[in-house]
Amino acid sequence: MLVSYNWLKDYVNLDLSAAELADKITKSGIEVEIVESLNKGITGVVVGHVLECVQHPNADKLRVCKVDLGEEAPVQIVCGAPNVAAGQKVPVAKVGAVLPGNFKIKKAKLRGEASNGMICSLTELGVEGKLVPKEYSSGIFVMPSDAEIGSDALSYLNLDDYVLELGLTPNRADCLNMLGVAYEVAAILNEELRLPEVQVQTSGEKASDYVSVTVDAKEDNPYYGAMIIKNITIAPSPLWMQNRLVAAGIRPINNVVDITNYVLLEYGQPLHAFDYDRLGSKEILVRRAKAGEEMVTLDDAKRKLGANHLVITNGKEPVAVAGVMGGATSEVQDDTTTVLLEAAYFEGIRVRSASKDLGLRSEASSRYEKGIDRNRVYDAAYRAASLMAQYAGGEVAQGIVEAGERLVPEGKAEVTQTRINTLLGTEIEGEQISDILKRLRFEFDVHGENYIVTVPSRRPDITIDADLVEEVGRIYGYDRIPTTYLLTEGRPGGLSPYQAARRKVMRYMEGTGLYQAVTYALTTPEKSNAFTFSQEQENVHSIKVSHPMSEERSTLRSTLVPQLLEVLKHNHHRSIDDVGIFEISSVFFAHEQSLSVLPEEKTYLSGALTGLWSIHPWQGEKKKIDFFVVKGILEGLFEELGLHSRISFESESLPGMHPGRTAVVKLDSIVVGFIGQIHPGTQKEWDLNESYVFELDLDQLLGASVEPTVYQTLPRFPSITRDIAVVVDQNLPAGDLNTVIHEAGGELLKESSLFDLYEGERMEEGKKSLAFSLKYYDPERTLTDEEVTKAHENILRSLEERFGASLRK
Amino acid sequence: MQDRLQALKEEALLKIQQASDLKELQDIKVSYLGKRGPITEVLKGMGKLSPEERPVVGAYANEIRDAITSALESKISELEQAVIEEKLKKESIDVTLPGRPVRKGNAHPLTAVIEEIEDLFLTMGFTVAEGPEVETDYYNFEALNLPKGHPARDMQDSFFITEDILLRTQTSPVQARTMEKHHGRGPVKIVSPGKVYRRDDDDATHSHQFMQIEGLVVDENVRLSDLKGVLETFAKKMFGEERKIRLRPSFFPFTEPSVEMDISCFKCGGKGCSICKHTGWIEILGAGMVHPNVLEMAGFDSKKYTGFAFGMGPERIAMLKYGIDDIRHFYTNDLRFLKQFKKA
Repeated sequence: MLVSYNWLKDYVNLDLSAAELADKITKSGIEVEIVESLNKGITGVVVGHVLECVQHPNADKLRVCKVDLGEEAPVQIVCGAPNVAAGQKVPVAKVGAVLPGNFKIKKAKLRGEASNGMICSLTELGVEGKLVPKEYSSGIFVMPSDAEIGSDALSYLNLDDYVLELGLTPNRADCLNMLGVAYEVAAILNEELRLPEVQVQTSGEKASDYVSVTVDAKEDNPYYGAMIIKNITIAPSPLWMQNRLVAAGIRPINNVVDITNYVLLEYGQPLHAFDYDRLGSKEILVRRAKAGEEMVTLDDAKRKLGANHLVITNGKEPVAVAGVMGGATSEVQDDTTTVLLEAAYFEGIRVRSASKDLGLRSEASSRYEKGIDRNRVYDAAYRAASLMAQYAGGEVAQGIVEAGERLVPEGKAEVTQTRINTLLGTEIEGEQISDILKRLRFEFDVHGENYIVTVPSRRPDITIDADLVEEVGRIYGYDRIPTTYLLTEGRPGGLSPYQAARRKVMRYMEGTGLYQAVTYALTTPEKSNAFTFSQEQENVHSIKVSHPMSEERSTLRSTLVPQLLEVLKHNHHRSIDDVGIFEISSVFFAHEQSLSVLPEEKTYLSGALTGLWSIHPWQGEKKKIDFFVVKGILEGLFEELGLHSRISFESESLPGMHPGRTAVVKLDSIVVGFIGQIHPGTQKEWDLNESYVFELDLDQLLGASVEPTVYQTLPRFPSITRDIAVVVDQNLPAGDLNTVIHEAGGELLKESSLFDLYEGERMEEGKKSLAFSLKYYDPERTLTDEEVTKAHENILRSLEERFGASLRK
Repeated sequence: MQDRLQALKEEALLKIQQASDLKELQDIKVSYLGKRGPITEVLKGMGKLSPEERPVVGAYANEIRDAITSALESKISELEQAVIEEKLKKESIDVTLPGRPVRKGNAHPLTAVIEEIEDLFLTMGFTVAEGPEVETDYYNFEALNLPKGHPARDMQDSFFITEDILLRTQTSPVQARTMEKHHGRGPVKIVSPGKVYRRDDDDATHSHQFMQIEGLVVDENVRLSDLKGVLETFAKKMFGEERKIRLRPSFFPFTEPSVEMDISCFKCGGKGCSICKHTGWIEILGAGMVHPNVLEMAGFDSKKYTGFAFGMGPERIAMLKYGIDDIRHFYTNDLRFLKQFKKA
C-alpha cells in the first residue's frame, strides 16, 4: 500500500516529518518499507502563462513562446512539445532550475532563437511515464487555468509529497486504504480522526426505476448494491485527485473512473462504473459463469470463463468478472451520461480463482482477496456518488438497489488486565488499557478487570484475547516491555547421543581433509535414484512433487551421490580438479506408488573425491586418490565409531560403478553402504575426471549398539612377531586369507597386518604373493619358540588346505 | 733427566697443537706415549738415579704423560667437533620453503552457523529437536493455526506431493510434533534446525531450499518479556556484547502477539550504512507468543500454559556475518567458497 503523506493530513494532524511518521508506524507494527520523496531533486519550477506561441523560423518541430513567469517581463522559451499553445498555464523550469537527475537549466540558443527556461512534461518532473494521463503522455503538462502565475508549481503537482510504502502482513488488510491507515496513525499518535463528510443531494428519481438486482450466488456475493447517477459529463478529474492517484501508483483516466479508484483507495471498497445505456438491459443478475462462456474485458482481451468464476450479467450476457474486471461493451466512454455504480461484497476465494485463472490482478481483486470491510460498502458508494455529483455534474437517483445483507454484526473479544500483563510481562494500569482501546476507537465495557471489546468490522483480525493483548502491547510500545529471564527451572539441555555422534562424524570427515557440502534434495527423476546399494532401495517408488518448477527440481532423491558429482563437475569446469567433499543429508523412500503416509526418511553420509590426495609440489610428491584412500577414510570412521571389527567390505557390481573397483560395506551381515570408483562410462557422461564415491546409511551406523571402552592391561611379557608370505590365486581376496589366519592362529595370535603384495613377472601366471606380519602374545607369560612355531605352522597348513596357498620361497 | 722430559713435553704439545687431523694425533700418541716412545725410553733410565731422585722424576714423568694425554684428548674432541660442524653445515635447509600440506577440510558455513546457534541455546538449557522434511498438511499448516484457505498460506507457496503431503515449508511442524509428545505437560524447551522448501525461483536472494532454525519454550507463566531476555542473550552472544535489540510488532499465524527482532547494525553500530540500509537496524528473526490455538491443538491448556517461539534463517545470518552476496553460493559448493570458512 502506497500512502501519500499529504493525503493522510486530510484525516489526521501530522506534526512530524514523513520519516518520523514512518518510524512510528514501523515500531507499532506495520513495516514502512520505503519513504519516497516525490520531489526528485527539483528546484526553480514555477507556474507560467503562455502569452504567445509561434512557429520557430528555422525548425519545424519547435515553437517560440512568450511566457509570463510573474516577473517584470515575460521570457522567451523555445518548446518542442506538440501540445503547447497560447493561453495555457504550464510548469516552467526557470534558468537556474534543477530537474531530476541533477539536470540544470541554462540560457540557451536553439536554432538561433534564445530560450530562457524550459516548459516541462510530467516525466521531466520525475513522474513515472505509466502514471502520466494519456493526453499529456507525449507533451507538456497543462495546469488548471486558476493556477497562480509565478507560484511554485511543485505544490500544484503534489511533488512536495512523500509516499510511505507499507509492507502489510495478511492480518492487516484494514490498512489497504487511507481510512484504515488514518485509524492506525491516529491511534499511534493519539490524535483526532477526521472522517470524510458525505452529503448526497439526490434527484427526484428513484434508482429502482432504472435497474433491478438479483443475486443467484449468495455465498459468493452476500451483498450487491447499485446506484444510478445521471447527466454525467466525462472530463478530467480535478488535479488534486489526479495527484493523489499518481502518488498511489494509479494513472488518471477521467472523472468517473478516477472517482471509483479514489474511493477504492480511500475506503478500500472496490467500485465499478458501468455505462448504463450500454448495459443492454435494466437488470443486473449475478451468477456463476457457464463453462465455456466468453466475454471481452476492458483490456479488449477475449476471456474464457468457467463455472469457478462469478460474473455480473445484464440478465443474459456477462458484463463484468466480479471483483476482477469490467467488460468492454459497458465501459464508461467519453459520451457516457448515465452511470450504474456497483458497490458489492464478493467473497475473496471466488475473486481469487478468477483473477488467478485469467491472470488478472488489480487493485480491486487483491483487496477482495484479502478481505474488505463489508460494513463500509454503503458509505463508499455514497462517497463516490457525491464526488460524481461534485466533479462530473451528475445527478444521483434516490436509493441503492440492493440484494443481500448489507451489514454484518460486529464481533466481541474479551481480555483481562491480568492476562495482558502476564503475557507481556508488564504492569500496565487499567486506565492505560482503557486509554489505548479508546485510541484504537474500539468500543468496550469494563467489568472489574475484564474488558469486553466490540471489534469494529474493519479489524476482523481481532478475535481472541491474545489479539487484544497484542493491540494493547503494540500501542503501549514494545520498547517499554522489560527484559526478564525465564523462570523455568534450570534443567540441563544438551544434544541427544545421535546428534552428538553426528557432529563427531562431521568433525572426523573434516579432519580427513574433506569439505562439507550442502546440496538440493530435489533433482531429476533419473538422478534421484541413480545409485543404489541394496535390494531394498531398488524396490521403492520415486517421489515427485505435483507442481515442480522444473524437471531439474522435480523428484526427491534417495541417494546423495549424484548431487555430489554435480559439485565435482561444477568445480572441474572451473579447473578445480583436486576435490574431496562429503554431505550428511536426508534421503527419501516411498514404499507405495501414491503416498498415503509419509515416506521413509534416512540420513546418509556420502562423499565424492577426485584428483590428487597428497601433494607436496616442490618435493615432487603427488599421490592420486584411489580406492584405498577412500577406504582408509571409512576405516578410520568405523574405528572412531567403535564398529571397525564388525565392518567388512565385499566386492560388488553396482549401477554406475566400476565393476571391479566397488564394494558394499557391511555392518555384521547388513549392507549399510558402498564405496568405489565411478564407472568410466558414467564418468564420461558426467564430464568428470576419475572419481571415487561412498555412501553410508548413517542412521544404521549411529544406531548400532557399541560396547563401552574397557582398558586393556599393557603387555608385561614380550610378544613375538613372525612374517608369513604365501602364494595364492590372484583373485583370492586378501580379506579371506586374513579371516583364516585369525581362525587358525588361535588365542595367541593378536594382530596380523598385510605388508606386501606382489603380482608380476617373477610370479607364476594367475598367482600373487601376499605377506603378513603376525604378532603372537600371551598376557600371562613369556611365549616359547615352540608354541609360536606350532601356531604359525597351523596357520600355514590351514591356508594350504583352504586356498591351496604355498609358502613363498 | 727432568730437562729432557720437559723438552719432550714441549715438543709433543707443540706437535699436538699443530696437528690438523685425527690420523696425525694418533701418530703423535703412538710416538710419544707408546712403548717405544721417548718418554718410556727416558723412564727406562730411571734405574740409574738415586733412590731420592727416583720418585720425584717418576712423578714428573707421569705428570708429563697426563699432560700430553689430556692435550691429545682435547685436540681430538676439537677436531671431531669441527667435522660434525662441517657435516651439519652441509645439511642446512631453506627454512622458508613451504611445509608439507596437511589435509584439513571444514564444515559448511550453514552448519557452522547452525551449530553456533544450537550451542548458544544448549547452554541456556534447550535441547535440539528434529523432524521429517516431508510433512503432512496437518503438522505443516493446520496444527500451526493455518487452516486450509488461510491467506497466509499464500506467503509460502509449497511443494505438494499429494493433497495432504508436502515438503515442509518451515521447521515449525517440529514444534507441533514436540508439543504433542509432551502430552500437555511443560516445560518444553527446544531449538529445531533443518532444511525447508518453498516454490521460489532461485536467484541471488531466493532459494527453493533453505535452512531454518526455530526455538520454542512452553511452560506456566512464560512472558513476552522472557522472550526479550532470551533473544537479547542470543543477539549479544551471536553478534557481539554491544548489540542492542528492538522488537517490532508483526504477524505470524502461529503466534499472537507476534514480533520481529532487529539488532543494532554490527557494521556501523547504528549510525546507518549499506548493510542496514541506512536504518541502523538489521532484521534478524521473527518471534512471538505461541497462539492459544496452537497450544490447544497440541494438547496444552492455553489458560495454564503460555509460550514463545522464534525462528530465523541461517542463510541470512551467514550472509550478514560473512558478507556473502548470493544465496546460491551455499548450494553450489564451489571449493573456493567452502574453503573460506576454516575458522568459522
